[in-house]
Amino acid sequence: MSAYLTGLIVILCLNIIIAYSVFLPAAAGQLNLGAAGFMIIGAYMDAYLNSADDGLGLPMLLSVPAAALFTALIGFLVSFPILRTRGIYMILATFAFAEIVAGIVLNLEVVGGASGFPVSSHAELEDLLPVTIGVILFGFYLISTRFGLAMRSIHDDESVAILFGVNTRLIQVGAFTIGAFLGGLAGALYGHQFDYIEVQNWGILFSIFVLLYVLIGGTQTPWGPLIGALFFTFVPEMLRTFGEATGWELIGELRFAVFGAIIVGMMVLRPEGIMTRTFLELLFRKVPRRSPQNPPNNMEGV
Amino acid sequence: MSAVLTLSSITKSFGGLAVIDDVSFAIEQGSRSALIGPNGAGKTTIFNLLSGIYEVDSGRMLLDGADITDVPARDRINFGMSRSFQNIRLMPHLSTVENVMLGQHHLATSFKDIFYPLGLRPKNKWAEQARAALSEAGLDTYSGQVVSELPYGVQKRIEVVRALMSDPKLLLLDEPAAGLNAVESSELQALLEKVSTSGTTLLVVEHDMNFVRNLCQHVVVLNFGCKIFEGTPEEVGKDPQVLEAYLGGDTSNAA
Repeated sequence: MSAYLTGLIVILCLNIIIAYSVFLPAAAGQLNLGAAGFMIIGAYMDAYLNSADDGLGLPMLLSVPAAALFTALIGFLVSFPILRTRGIYMILATFAFAEIVAGIVLNLEVVGGASGFPVSSHAELEDLLPVTIGVILFGFYLISTRFGLAMRSIHDDESVAILFGVNTRLIQVGAFTIGAFLGGLAGALYGHQFDYIEVQNWGILFSIFVLLYVLIGGTQTPWGPLIGALFFTFVPEMLRTFGEATGWELIGELRFAVFGAIIVGMMVLRPEGIMTRTFLELLFRKVPRRSPQNPPNNMEGV
Repeated sequence: MSAVLTLSSITKSFGGLAVIDDVSFAIEQGSRSALIGPNGAGKTTIFNLLSGIYEVDSGRMLLDGADITDVPARDRINFGMSRSFQNIRLMPHLSTVENVMLGQHHLATSFKDIFYPLGLRPKNKWAEQARAALSEAGLDTYSGQVVSELPYGVQKRIEVVRALMSDPKLLLLDEPAAGLNAVESSELQALLEKVSTSGTTLLVVEHDMNFVRNLCQHVVVLNFGCKIFEGTPEEVGKDPQVLEAYLGGDTSNAA
């Protein structure tokens, strides 16, 4: 596999994990623009735990889950104030959370401050791939449980869900916390792939893109974040390749403008995302059994 | 017969406007009762007070002997009451079976019940129970479809099935026949009669008086938040106060 393709798949895997992190609260009706915040916490916590010189020198197998769990704890704690907000205000609150995290880490000299922090251990794509597959399977599993059913019910109609005995607060906090865990996981894994982390990697644009993976992919099914991450990782690269292959340099150079136009088109054509329940049903619908044919001796005109 | 639901002196105001003013009535165990009245009489408000969407200002509500006045909305389903809604409030992005499974939610209490992969293993007891209930209501052909694409009359009946999944003592139905054609309406009536035979008490808000006459034995009439009549469907059309509420006062006797 070429280094280019390997690099692309590494980015795809990380994008998929962070997409599920934002998808889980979104499936329960909460838009999270704080993906960057979780990513930063996970990456820095892991790098600190892993670093032999400046930190505790834990092996990756311990530092990655510990960093993800720590991010989940932070997610759990901030979910209480954040979940008091709704809609556009929740977007603002999660955005503010990410900015606060970035601001704090930028001023933490113990992890290098603004100049970034080196990550001691390196991991290969072969290490990242099984984790990514595990996250995808976990997403499908969680949505298929009664917990997932309650999440989707809250997304559709919170007040009716309450009347059917759904503990909406518990479900929302749960979804947000699990999402934070996956965000921390993505951050920790990022560090071991690129060997160097800096807060500037994860600004508002990053959070917007991750939220777009989920919204363009679709929040109704666990296919959504997967399709969204694939779409956002590959389409700009395909535009570049297309531009080079055809000699239409404009498409290659303006690929992000073309990509932006494609996003606008998707929002117009598929406002509920690429993968909706109805679309899935269309793809996988069992062919209805034909009604018994007329016996051959009954053919007309013979 | 004992009362399954007792309202005593329920009052509810929004701002300075008394929407429900000192209303008391009782619903007999196993009965089929209707709550009727002109638009704005407070019928849906009574349902919202019963299900806990609003809190009462004063008065008490007893459900099968238990005082539910201060019970939070989320817990009331555990006391044996569930409801349908005036405007369909199914979860549009869930399939029919998933919507009905939401009706079982409060029965799933253990860790295993909450984290069992219902969707990945469709032959589980919860989904089977939901499909059986749908099939009993004559809706088995729709079980996998997303509800937002189904006909209105079918969605109305799915709402009733969802509300029945908790095996309620009292089923509140807010205009179940509104918007249904004659065939759908009689199908719904057959379903509700079957439900009633199995012992569930029905309390129906409905404008279709034919539907009420055919289904219910007991009628409570509200007007401007006050109870103006309580009796059988036959008597209700003869009561002068009810006639005045619906048709206006008798102007020929005016001074």
